[in-house]
Amino acid sequence: MRQTVEPILEISDLQTHFFTKAGILRAVDGVSFEIGAGEIVGLVGESGSGKSITGFSIIGLVDSPGEIIGGTIKFKGEDLNDLSNEQMQHVRGNRIAMIFQDPMMTLNPVLRIETQMIEAIQAHDNKISREDARIRSRDALGLVGISSPDERLRAYPHQFSGGMRQRVSIAIAMLNRPDLIIADEPTTALDVTIQGQVISEMQKLCRETKTALLWITHDLAVIAGIADRVCVMYAGRIVEQGLVANTIANPLHPYTRGLMGSVPSQNQRGKPLQQINGMVPSMLSLPRGCAFQNRCSYVTEKCSSGRPDITHLSDERQVRCFNVSEVPKL
Amino acid sequence: MMPILKVENLSKDFVKSLDLVAKGLNKIGQNYKEEIVHAVDSVNFSIFKGEIVGVVGESGCGKSTLGRMVAGILQPTEGRVEFDTGQVKNKEIPNALLTQMIFQDPFSSLNPRKRVIDIITEAPLYHKLITKSEKRAFAAEMLQRVGLDPDTLERYPHQFSGGQRQRVGIARALAVSPEFLVCDESIAALDVSIQAQIINLFVELKDKYDLTYLFISHDIGVIEHISDRVIVMYLGRIVETAPIKTFVKQPNHPYTQALLEGVPRLEVGKRQYEPISGEIPSPLSPPTGCHFHPRCKSATARCEREKPALREIAPAHFSACHLNDETQSL
Repeated sequence: MRQTVEPILEISDLQTHFFTKAGILRAVDGVSFEIGAGEIVGLVGESGSGKSITGFSIIGLVDSPGEIIGGTIKFKGEDLNDLSNEQMQHVRGNRIAMIFQDPMMTLNPVLRIETQMIEAIQAHDNKISREDARIRSRDALGLVGISSPDERLRAYPHQFSGGMRQRVSIAIAMLNRPDLIIADEPTTALDVTIQGQVISEMQKLCRETKTALLWITHDLAVIAGIADRVCVMYAGRIVEQGLVANTIANPLHPYTRGLMGSVPSQNQRGKPLQQINGMVPSMLSLPRGCAFQNRCSYVTEKCSSGRPDITHLSDERQVRCFNVSEVPKL
Repeated sequence: MMPILKVENLSKDFVKSLDLVAKGLNKIGQNYKEEIVHAVDSVNFSIFKGEIVGVVGESGCGKSTLGRMVAGILQPTEGRVEFDTGQVKNKEIPNALLTQMIFQDPFSSLNPRKRVIDIITEAPLYHKLITKSEKRAFAAEMLQRVGLDPDTLERYPHQFSGGQRQRVGIARALAVSPEFLVCDESIAALDVSIQAQIINLFVELKDKYDLTYLFISHDIGVIEHISDRVIVMYLGRIVETAPIKTFVKQPNHPYTQALLEGVPRLEVGKRQYEPISGEIPSPLSPPTGCHFHPRCKSATARCEREKPALREIAPAHFSACHLNDETQSL
């Protein structure tokens, strides 16, 4: 089922730490996963799980006091950590693009859409003429479903609605036909019907252009519908990853189970939700051993003894739990 | 059974009055008009004791304005909100004590400079429901009801996490023993695992203290889980109200169908999103006739001309759509 092609992005043992006055915050602590060409991978987690920082680390946007202190981020065989700032600028926005939650943060409010799009093209291609760049921008707007793109190019960001703005930022991300797009909560701020529209555009684009997509979200239900594979993050580590179909049908890590039990739907009407007790621990004072132990219902003595290693199971499943075999089947 | 809440012909207009320049220009013969938003447009419904009624709709549909009028925070432009608890002795209790509101943002809805004990006891002290000497015991009792440690009484809001803060907000609402709670996106700002905890708390409190809820949310999964009946709003009007089972299985209005179609579900298997096209129109200049007709697949010429009335199409199932007339006449 899995393509045998070389993965576009290969992250292994990534560690991004923040050196704050209160202590070292291990926001990303040993994260490994890969994305193949044209594959959609979902990165799920609650706030503070380190999912966004993982995305920022890939594209090289981690600011002080944060620092990537270990691991490799191989993009088409090249370690992005080894690149200089200038080399990285060539990759960023060109080979790897990012879409943020709030499109108003991506777009400059005082420049016309046209100016911003042409700038994004010319920044990576100094030979292209303004007119050609303009035509490419117009086509990109048409591609993401914006009607009368010629007129809309002349508009300012505030003249668009929220959903339209997000389409524009998707169009900008697609401009240079990147190999990988990192989308950080791209539909969280949108209404349901608009979210559906944006998701469907992204699905179509990825299928047609073979662009790989890393979709970062807190919403497991969105991932269930669009991704090929899913990584579930908790307290800076991936606790479970696998093909979406298998993971949703049979979650193995107690945290993934808790997360799924927490999502309300019509199937569980009248019954209380299976909540996860307690709250996400502070990243500055994680418990020794498994970070989830205080909230876990299958906890044993072993859990506080040390960090659980990744258990590799069949079907590319990976789980970071001591008690995988003891957790009863759903 | 008598309804506990009756809303009749409720409307709220927001008027953007003319600025000085426009007024001046009007004097010399220009014709600037005041802009009016019909945030809520002649809404009728009633809620029975012990019910949880969900209100869904996308941004700008007027669901929050409706909630605020029911809670008595906003004065309606037209129409009435009537509470009837059925007990004669309660007749003199002001509406403020009968109904309380729980807000979306647990950060901005609590006074950051007050201790939890004062936040909770402010209203009951003012209304002389408790005396000063009972204050501490009362607040401790309230905190226990919402699952917080009574030792945290002396803390300030910033010393709590988002989920805990929302619990403080609930404790504050319960402090005056209301019979009716308006929850406006009360769980939207919380993480998935914390959301589940708060939803469970709402249901538990309802059973224990005989509460009735108006539960406003854009999250259809949550509404499906918690509500007995659902009100669907679009641009200030109710387009459909239905018991939860009918809402899920046989939604009548094309907008409701589109809304349900767009919800990401936690189900195995990739899905193709086929969203309805178009944006939510601006409430400043809503479409004529049926507000939904520009986005509706089955719109006819009549939909453009005539505003559909909310009619009972099955017991307790109301829908405002012209298509229902046509199917009947066939």
